[in-house]
Amino acid sequence: MKAKKGNRLVPVLIHIVLIFLAFLCLFFFYVLLINATHSHADLQKGFSALPGNALLENLKGVANDGTFPMFKGIFNSIIISTSCAAICTYFSSLTAYGLYAYEYKAKKLAFTFIMAILVMPTQVTAMGFLRLVTNMGLYDTFYPLIIPSIASPAVFYFMYSYLQSSLPLSLVEAARIDGSGEFRTFNQIVIPIMKPAIAVQAIFVFVGSWNNYFVPALILQSKSKITVPILIASLRNADYMSFDMGKIYMMIAVAIVPIVIAYLLLSKYIIAGVTLGGVKE
Amino acid sequence: MMKKKRKSISYGKWGYLFILPFFVSFFIFSLIPLVDTIRYSFFEYYRSGIKEIGPNFVGMKNYVSLLESDMLKYAGNTLILWVIGFIPQIVIALLLASWFSDMRLKIHGKQFFKVVVYLPNLIMASAFALLFFTMLSTNGPVNSILVSVGVIMKPIDFFGSVFGTRSVIGFMNFLMWFGNTTILLMAAIMGISIDIFEATDLDGCNRMQRFFYVTLPLIKPILAYTIITAIIGGLQMFDVPQIITNGQGNPDRTSMTLIMFLNNHLKSKNYGMAGALSVYLFLLSGGLCYIVFKMTNRNDPDGSKAALKAEKKEQRRKRG
Repeated sequence: MKAKKGNRLVPVLIHIVLIFLAFLCLFFFYVLLINATHSHADLQKGFSALPGNALLENLKGVANDGTFPMFKGIFNSIIISTSCAAICTYFSSLTAYGLYAYEYKAKKLAFTFIMAILVMPTQVTAMGFLRLVTNMGLYDTFYPLIIPSIASPAVFYFMYSYLQSSLPLSLVEAARIDGSGEFRTFNQIVIPIMKPAIAVQAIFVFVGSWNNYFVPALILQSKSKITVPILIASLRNADYMSFDMGKIYMMIAVAIVPIVIAYLLLSKYIIAGVTLGGVKE
Repeated sequence: MMKKKRKSISYGKWGYLFILPFFVSFFIFSLIPLVDTIRYSFFEYYRSGIKEIGPNFVGMKNYVSLLESDMLKYAGNTLILWVIGFIPQIVIALLLASWFSDMRLKIHGKQFFKVVVYLPNLIMASAFALLFFTMLSTNGPVNSILVSVGVIMKPIDFFGSVFGTRSVIGFMNFLMWFGNTTILLMAAIMGISIDIFEATDLDGCNRMQRFFYVTLPLIKPILAYTIITAIIGGLQMFDVPQIITNGQGNPDRTSMTLIMFLNNHLKSKNYGMAGALSVYLFLLSGGLCYIVFKMTNRNDPDGSKAALKAEKKEQRRKRG
C-alpha cells in the first residue's frame, strides 16, 4: 500500500526536477536572445522579458564593427571546422578500415597504441607543437589547425566499432573477385556503408573545432585569420562593459545560435551518436 | 612510383598503407612536439624583452622551481573547480538516466528533455562564459531580475568573491556536461537486459534497491569511462575560467587552473617552464587514467558480480 502511494507522488516529483533542469538550460539562452534584440539604452533600464526592436540595428552594428570582425571570424571558423570534419572523418575511416579488414604483423600493436593515446590531452604537447609549427613556417596559418586532425584516436575508435558491426568482410572479398582495387573498394564500397557513422562524427568534429579556443589562440595571430572563440576572448579582454551592450549580446548570439539551430535540426542523430561512441566496450 | 604487378596473395601491405597517414600525422604533430616538450623542460629557455635566453641545460631546475611556485595551488584550484561541477553532474546524470530508461515511468516530453539537457554541451564554452559573465555582472540581467523580484536588496557581486567565482565556474561545468553524461549512462542502462529488471521486480526490489544493487554494478564499465573522460576534461579546464576571469584567475588567482598557468608560460614564451609544466600534466593525466583503468579492470572487487550471476541463474531456474 505504501509503495502505491509513493508511485503516484514520484512522477510528479520527477517532472518538477526535469522542468527545473530544463529551465536552467534554457533560461540563459532566453536572456541572450531577448537582450540581443534590445538597444543599449533599453538594456540600461534593467531586464525586460519581451523582445525589443533593435534586432537589425544590433546585427548591423556587429557586421560593421572593424575592431571585432565577427562575420570574418565566422567565415574563418567555418573553413577550419569544415576542413577538419572532412579530413578527420575520411582518414579515421581509412585507418579503421586498414586495421579492420587486413591481416598483418603490426596490426595488434598499432591498435593497442591508438587505444593507449585515446585520452591523451592535446595540451601537454602544445609547447612543442607551437615550436614545430613556427619552425615549419606555418605559424598564423590554418594548416596546423586542420592537418593534425588526421590522427584522431577517438574518431578512429568510433569508426572501428562501426565497421565491426556493419561491414562483413565477405563484401570486401566479393569486390576483390570482381576486380576492384583495394583503394577503390574503400572509396566506393566501404565509405558509402559508413555514411551514418561519418555523418555523426562529422558533426562532432565540426562542433569541437568550432568551439576550440586553446590551440587556435596559440597559432593564429593576424586579425584577418582569427576564429570566433578568439574574438570572444578578445572582447572580454577589452574593457567591453563600456561598449554597446546590445551589440555584445548580439555577438555572443551570433557565435552560439548557428550551432543551436543545427543541433535542433540534427538532435536525433547527435544524441544517437553520443551513445554509439560510448557504449561499445 | 614503381608499379610492379606481383601476384601476391597477401593484402597486408594495403593495411599498412591505409594506416600510414594516421601514424605519420601523429608522429609529426604529436610525438615530435612531445619529445621536444620533454627535452626543453630540462633547459633554461625564455624570452625577456626581445632577448632570448638559452637554451642552457639546467637539469631538473625547472621542475623544482615549479614546485616552489604556485603550481600546487593551481592544481588545487583545478581540483576544487572540477569537484564543484562534477559531483552534481554525476548525481543528476545518474538520476536522469535511470528515470529516462525506466519504461514504467510515464515521463511526458521525454524527447524534449533529452534534447534540452544535451544542448549546453554543444555551446562554445568561451561564448557561454562571456554570456555568464555579462549576465551575472552587477548591472546584468540576473541581478536586475533578483532585485526587481525582491529576493535581494542590492546586486550581488558574483565575481568579487572566491566562493562566487568558483561556484559560477563549477556550475557552468555542471551545466555543460550533465546532459552528455546523462545520455551516456542512459544508453548503458538501456543495454541491461530487461529480464534482469523483471527478475528484480519478482523479487520485490524497490526502486532504490534496484538502482544500487542491480543497475549501478551493471553499468560500472561505462560509469568508469565517464569518470575517466571527466577527469581528463577537468585537468584540461581552460576556456571557462580563462574568459570569466580574463586570464587572471581572479580573485587573487584562486580560479587559475593548470592549463591557464601553462597558457601564460606559452604566451610569454617561457619554453623551459612550459615544458616542465607539460611533463607534470602528462604524468598526472597518465597516472590518473591508469588508476581508474586498473580500478575498473579489477573484475570483481566485492563479489557483487558473482552474486548477481548466481542470482540471475537462480531466477532463471525458478521461472523455467
